[in-house]
Amino acid sequence: MPQNEHIERHRKRFGRRLDYEEKQRKKLARAPHERSQMAKKLRGGKAKLYHKKRYAEKVEMRKLMKQHEEKEQKSTTDTPDKGPMPAYLLDRQQQTTGTVLSNMIKQKRKEKAAKYQVPIPQVKAVSDAEAFKVVKTGKSRRKAWKRMVTKVTFVGESFTRKPAKFERFIRPMGLRFNKAHVTHPELQTTFQLPIVGVKKNPSSQMYTSLGVITKGTIIEVNVSELGMVTQGGKIVWGKYAQVTNNPENDGCINAVLLV
Amino acid sequence: MESGDGEAAPGSVSVRLISEDGQQLGSGIFNLPVGVTTIQLQLLCNQLLEQSDDPVPMSFFTEEGTEIVDSLKKSIENLDYETTLTLVYQPQAVFRVRPVTRCSSSLPGHGEAVISAQFSPDGKSLASGSGDTTVRLWDLNTELPLHTCQGHKNWVLCISWSPDASKIASADKNGVIIIWDGATGKQLNSKPMARHKQWITSLAWEPYHKDPKCRYLASAGKDANIHIWDTVTCLVVRSLTGHTACVTSIRWGGEGLIYSGSQDRTVKVWRSDDGVLCRNLTGHAHWINTLALNTDYVLRTSIFEPRGNCQRPESEEKALKIAESRYASAMKVCGEEYLVSGSDDFTLFLWSPAKSKTPVGRMTGHQALVNQVAFSPDTRYFASASFDKSIKVWCGKTGKYLASLRGHVSSVYQIAWSADSRLLVSGSSDSTLKVWDMKNRQLHTDLPGHGDEVYTVDWSPDGAKVVSGGKDKVLKIWKH
Repeated sequence: MPQNEHIERHRKRFGRRLDYEEKQRKKLARAPHERSQMAKKLRGGKAKLYHKKRYAEKVEMRKLMKQHEEKEQKSTTDTPDKGPMPAYLLDRQQQTTGTVLSNMIKQKRKEKAAKYQVPIPQVKAVSDAEAFKVVKTGKSRRKAWKRMVTKVTFVGESFTRKPAKFERFIRPMGLRFNKAHVTHPELQTTFQLPIVGVKKNPSSQMYTSLGVITKGTIIEVNVSELGMVTQGGKIVWGKYAQVTNNPENDGCINAVLLV
Repeated sequence: MESGDGEAAPGSVSVRLISEDGQQLGSGIFNLPVGVTTIQLQLLCNQLLEQSDDPVPMSFFTEEGTEIVDSLKKSIENLDYETTLTLVYQPQAVFRVRPVTRCSSSLPGHGEAVISAQFSPDGKSLASGSGDTTVRLWDLNTELPLHTCQGHKNWVLCISWSPDASKIASADKNGVIIIWDGATGKQLNSKPMARHKQWITSLAWEPYHKDPKCRYLASAGKDANIHIWDTVTCLVVRSLTGHTACVTSIRWGGEGLIYSGSQDRTVKVWRSDDGVLCRNLTGHAHWINTLALNTDYVLRTSIFEPRGNCQRPESEEKALKIAESRYASAMKVCGEEYLVSGSDDFTLFLWSPAKSKTPVGRMTGHQALVNQVAFSPDTRYFASASFDKSIKVWCGKTGKYLASLRGHVSSVYQIAWSADSRLLVSGSSDSTLKVWDMKNRQLHTDLPGHGDEVYTVDWSPDGAKVVSGGKDKVLKIWKH
């Protein structure tokens, strides 16, 4: 262990070697070659770890490059061209909500497609062992037929508990949610909307009927405050959205509206 | 029937009938049973007017303005048997416009949103202006495109047919006006008519009885100027400057006055002959969005009598005579030219601009800005369309509130009356049109079909068709 900063002191006194910069440049230029040599040579477990690290780095770099590219682009989305308008609307600020939404033909077509195509097409199945915790009952805690749901649930307003004896599933109060943060994909805005129901939990039909909300679940939300209008001129109030986060980890439900 | 003996039977009341201009009908007071119905009153009225062989439908009002529905007893509370009851009779339109109920055709063609559409004053042709910078003429018999008029460089914001139905003026967002031939779709002006520095918000032709050649046109623009054009020489005859902000609406009245409403919160009255500012009507607290005259309909259809199937008169002298007589008879009904203005401060003002600068009435009740007002063709009512999703109907003489028409789920942009004043159609940003019945003041039919906001609605002067256009680029024609 050196007792003092000898090298730093020497550098301050006498400076670096005269060819230092040149050597540094060459070393940097050579580095990718050396890394690829290494990648070729490595075998076995070491290779696996190394490649995984390298792959992660490359992904990171690509993302960064993409970000830079986007920054350089001339943005056109800041002031979207709203199209021709009559003279009586020209001086007015457009309300952003709603107006973009009402193109119903487009929406209907998309709605049809949305049945088969959702923002998160594939989700990892949640096993029963993960979603339910066994609750032991009985005087000597021998019976184990009761389950506690460990995921976020939606419990409808009209739900009344059954007697404890018949209650197979416990949905803890702390994990019950009735609001979701729903993002409109075209408007790029997020609204906090009340949940109407759980339409489908892809993991199992039982989760759907229990109202378990995990990542990828389709929920129905109340969109009446967004002011969407059907082709017949009626207000749309229920629409589907897909959950995009793991609510049990985050403590909130984030979802994307299916339009 | 006359009460010569002075002895009223139990359950009868003495009634005096007067016309709208205060003339007493018949020889005085009639003694009528309380249960007398409007149909019986109508019979009596027509007999006294010596027109019982072709009776005119009538409606009856008390002097306070209550309408007699069904019978006298039912419509007037605590009927006073001692005093003479005065009833005002109002002849209704003889013809009846059938309510539109279906879309007879969707006309694609425009490449961008349809911003304005208007039937010609004779109801035989249709023109539409769009964001794709064209004006299109449509054949109403086959409901097919007829001509495409290209010439504008920016969105066509407003179009206006001349009162003789031969020319169309269109104005765009660059401030250029082009005159088109209504029959062939050819451009008529030899020189470009560009004096406005910004977009043009409104156009108005001089009424036919003042200008049988349809030469003069007034245009109002965002640059706060009003120009009066000679459309033959394509020159500005007169510029009316005085407004300090965007002029949003302009009307050319039958008395030789031009009315303009502006975002500087004033309505200005100009004399069209020499451009003198006659009156400055102040009262509004925010932008004025729209103006309407009670003579709008008669000035629009001047030479085309809707009762005579909108036939074009044979000669010009005859046409002028018809226009003058129709204007005179309309003035007899309404008394004088009333102007109504709707504003961003959620109120409407009723003015009698030819006489005074104080308003006749101020109408409150809307909960959002008023986008359009329109007088009924018989001048007795006006309706206001507002962004609070409602339409309100008001009395055309006093400005008394009559009814609210609710049903739209989004802002109402435009309204149009049918020629017989019995129906009203409204277009809204909720993508529907709705037809309202004025008799019971309720929704008559809902007309869905547009894919997006409806920007423009017009009812043809003969009442047969309604046209609507909007953001979905399609022009729709609606029929019975």
